[in-house]
Amino acid sequence: MIWPLHCFIGAIILLSMILGDWGFAVAADSITDRRLQWPRGDQWVRLLRLEDYNTRVVVCGATLLGLAAGIVGSFTLLRRRALMGDALSHATLPGIGLAFMILTAAGYKGKSLGWLLLGGTLTGVMGVLTILLIRSTTRLKEDAAMGIVLSVFFGGGVALLGVIQQMPAGHAAGLEGFIYGKTASMVAADAWWIGVAGLGSALLAVLFFKELKLICFDEGYAHARGFPVPLLDLLLMALVTLVTMIGLQAVGLILMIALLVIPAAAARFWTERMTTMTVLSGFLGACSCLLGAGLSAIFSRLPSGAMIVLVAALVFLISMLLGRARGVLVRRWRRVALNRKVDRQHLLRGCYEYLETMKFLDAKERGVAARVVPLDSLLSMRSWTLGRLRRCVRRAIDEGLVERDWSAGVRLTNEGLVEAQRMVHEHRLWEIYLITHADIAPAKVDRDADAIEHILDAEMIAKLEAILQSRVDQSAVAASPHQVQVPGSMRPASSTGVPK
Amino acid sequence: MNLLSGIDFRWELDGLVILAGTLAAVANGLLGNFLVLRRMSLLGDAISHAILPGLALAFLLTSSRSSLWMLVGAVVVGVVTAMLTEWIRSVGNVDEGASMGVVFTTLFALGLVMIVQAADQVDLDPGCVLYGAIELIPLDCWNLFGLQIPRVVLILGGVAVLDGLFILLFYKELKLSSFDPALCTTLGFSSRLMHYLLMTLVSVTAIASFESVGSILVVAMLVVPPSAAYLLTDRLAAMIVMTAIFGFLSAVLGHFSAILIPPWFGFHSTSTAGMMAVMAGMLFALTLLFGPRHGVVMNYLRRQQLAGRIVREDLIGFLYRMEERNDLSPSTPQFLAERLLEKRWRVALILRRLSACGMVVRRGDGFGLTDRGRDAARQLVRSHRLWEYYLLQQAGLREERIHDSAERLEHYTGAGLNQRLSDQTDSPRLDPHGSPIPGLEGKPQGSDSREAKEFPAEESEPLRKGV
Repeated sequence: MIWPLHCFIGAIILLSMILGDWGFAVAADSITDRRLQWPRGDQWVRLLRLEDYNTRVVVCGATLLGLAAGIVGSFTLLRRRALMGDALSHATLPGIGLAFMILTAAGYKGKSLGWLLLGGTLTGVMGVLTILLIRSTTRLKEDAAMGIVLSVFFGGGVALLGVIQQMPAGHAAGLEGFIYGKTASMVAADAWWIGVAGLGSALLAVLFFKELKLICFDEGYAHARGFPVPLLDLLLMALVTLVTMIGLQAVGLILMIALLVIPAAAARFWTERMTTMTVLSGFLGACSCLLGAGLSAIFSRLPSGAMIVLVAALVFLISMLLGRARGVLVRRWRRVALNRKVDRQHLLRGCYEYLETMKFLDAKERGVAARVVPLDSLLSMRSWTLGRLRRCVRRAIDEGLVERDWSAGVRLTNEGLVEAQRMVHEHRLWEIYLITHADIAPAKVDRDADAIEHILDAEMIAKLEAILQSRVDQSAVAASPHQVQVPGSMRPASSTGVPK
Repeated sequence: MNLLSGIDFRWELDGLVILAGTLAAVANGLLGNFLVLRRMSLLGDAISHAILPGLALAFLLTSSRSSLWMLVGAVVVGVVTAMLTEWIRSVGNVDEGASMGVVFTTLFALGLVMIVQAADQVDLDPGCVLYGAIELIPLDCWNLFGLQIPRVVLILGGVAVLDGLFILLFYKELKLSSFDPALCTTLGFSSRLMHYLLMTLVSVTAIASFESVGSILVVAMLVVPPSAAYLLTDRLAAMIVMTAIFGFLSAVLGHFSAILIPPWFGFHSTSTAGMMAVMAGMLFALTLLFGPRHGVVMNYLRRQQLAGRIVREDLIGFLYRMEERNDLSPSTPQFLAERLLEKRWRVALILRRLSACGMVVRRGDGFGLTDRGRDAARQLVRSHRLWEYYLLQQAGLREERIHDSAERLEHYTGAGLNQRLSDQTDSPRLDPHGSPIPGLEGKPQGSDSREAKEFPAEESEPLRKGV
């Protein structure tokens, strides 16, 4: 008959537990005031000069933590273990519970922070080792291993807390507060600890930078070169554990995960170099924490942990859009630029092939005036819309490659002709190469050559010319190895076939 | 002390808790299969943290704490989480785990800020919406057709049926898009659409279960039973069925261990959801260790068995070669162990096993081959020498390398392959080292094998261990 009561107690424990899991500080001065108040000038000054002891500690501690987490996070991100901190921090719960039970059984009063943290670290490390073990002995991937460890260890912790609640000395409701701490109530000792851990992890990261970089990018190669990969893996995990345990206690679970993931992911958008990324990641982490903690200190109703995450997320969003190496805009722009280049080359080649077929190029005495290509011929040579063709023509006019003609066509200028000759020459070189060296049917080479001609560089062309020296006449433009189909002309181009 | 003293099984309490646990496990496990295959196992955890702004928003908009609106808000944000994760992954080219981490922490922080702003109006306790307790299920019943059915059982049952139907209807598409999204897209199914459908359903299922059985059970059931099933089978259908079985087992074991284990230490029962997660973990550990196909212990045993067979074969091969060159040194276990570079106790063990199956027999101090053992050994030596001949003549290996390769290959050469080797090499009489190649019937292959030379030095060296 006591059974429903147990259920109820269990529910309460679960609730308090989970709420602990949400460990963010709610730095509220007054409960009744809902609006954000714009701080007065002297408050800004106080913040900027870090006059309040509390602000000073929180801002310094958070910034140091952001720095350390950013550095360590850049390695875990590249190792595709971004959520390792998540799994690790959940895995600490049973250790804390067990440590508390053992301490109580041994007659200790109260909750000695050091011992609880030690217990948490032990099971956290066990969790990490289990993840590595599952990954190495089974065919399950990292994410499944992390999910298993996270949920099973956390479930064990929940079950232990359910028991602790029944212990005579079990004031367990506050127990999780030790691990899921509050940023705003950070004390100087925490900041010192974070500083030491941050410096330690940064130092280790610098010392083992080469090795860590290697296992991030090419584990197999690291193995082959004789590096102790499992040990290095363990080192990386130890760094994560160090930062997480220190941070978890001070700032809470979610913030810790965010600090390990977001700055590193943001830094990745800016650079392709590991060194730069690590430094930048640490810098972004520190900046997010500084800004977030500062905002929270000055606006009384914004929780510091949440503000740090939001600032970091903003940094991530900006990086994702503007990032110089992999940002969305940069990649979009690269694609547009490539499209334009391709269109321009198509335009010039189309003009040249038309003029060549019409024998307008032979009439040297008529010069520029004769080199008129009607737009609709160009339009039907490629699958582009009229609008796209017009835009392409406009850009080509700006570059001085073509001129507008009065009869709804374009006229190839002298520069345009030179450029077009080069383009067509390269295209045909590749075609001839495909026919003679890759045994591709002449009817198909136009398409294949079209796919690659836009990215041929000068060196490659020189090589092609050298290879095909005997087969290409030494004129500026090689003859086309196949019939050039130009709409609007009844005569096929003077096709020479495959050069013998 | 009776270890089972706490048991007082009552269908209307324990049965319902187990039923609800099983339903939650099945509903989540069904979808979890695809999450594990798609490497998105942590989605459940991400959603459990990310739905906070949905709850806050539902509260701020409706100013009520009705659980329906909160559920709607949570589902919307859950779907948004999945979509944002996918969006950042594809647009930003970011690793799946990282994009998940970015999204759920940000949403959580957002929700927290919103809650703080709303906090003065009412004591909003998201826990009461989010983190139901499985133990309380029997207390909250709906009257359906005159039956008292717990609300949670109805909800979970509905969700489980929905998930089951989804998987049945889209089995082929889900399978294809999980294993080979590119092929799926080229065949004309949108793998992106399947992805979003799956993510939506995961959000709905997870959130419906959070409310009734708690988040920890959902996160566990999404990952652990499918992972265990994945270690047992290579077939998706079998994996799904096994997931359901594992889910049921962890629900039963979890419930009883939550009631039974704490009393051993003088406590009352503990959290059922937590114990269910732990038991799922135990089941996973068992499959990890003892799974017939990929289990660690099984693999170890298989390797040991192979190693044992190789040593046995090496041993009778060695005895055969001793007979061949009329070596009369006493083949004591000590002597054999030295020559075979093996441990003495292991050789003694193997000799005992070999004499038990009639391959060797004790002769004086040492051991000799029986007729049966001699036949087996002859096969082996024949394979060895045929391989040497083949490797040198046909495969063009250098002479000093053929012995090691043949030493390895002889253990994997059955009678059929042996015969083919002999045909391929035109049944040679002597191997490259000049030793006679024994025929199948005990006589040397060919007629004038008596001209066989002495063994070259290499053959009388201690045999290497088989690899």
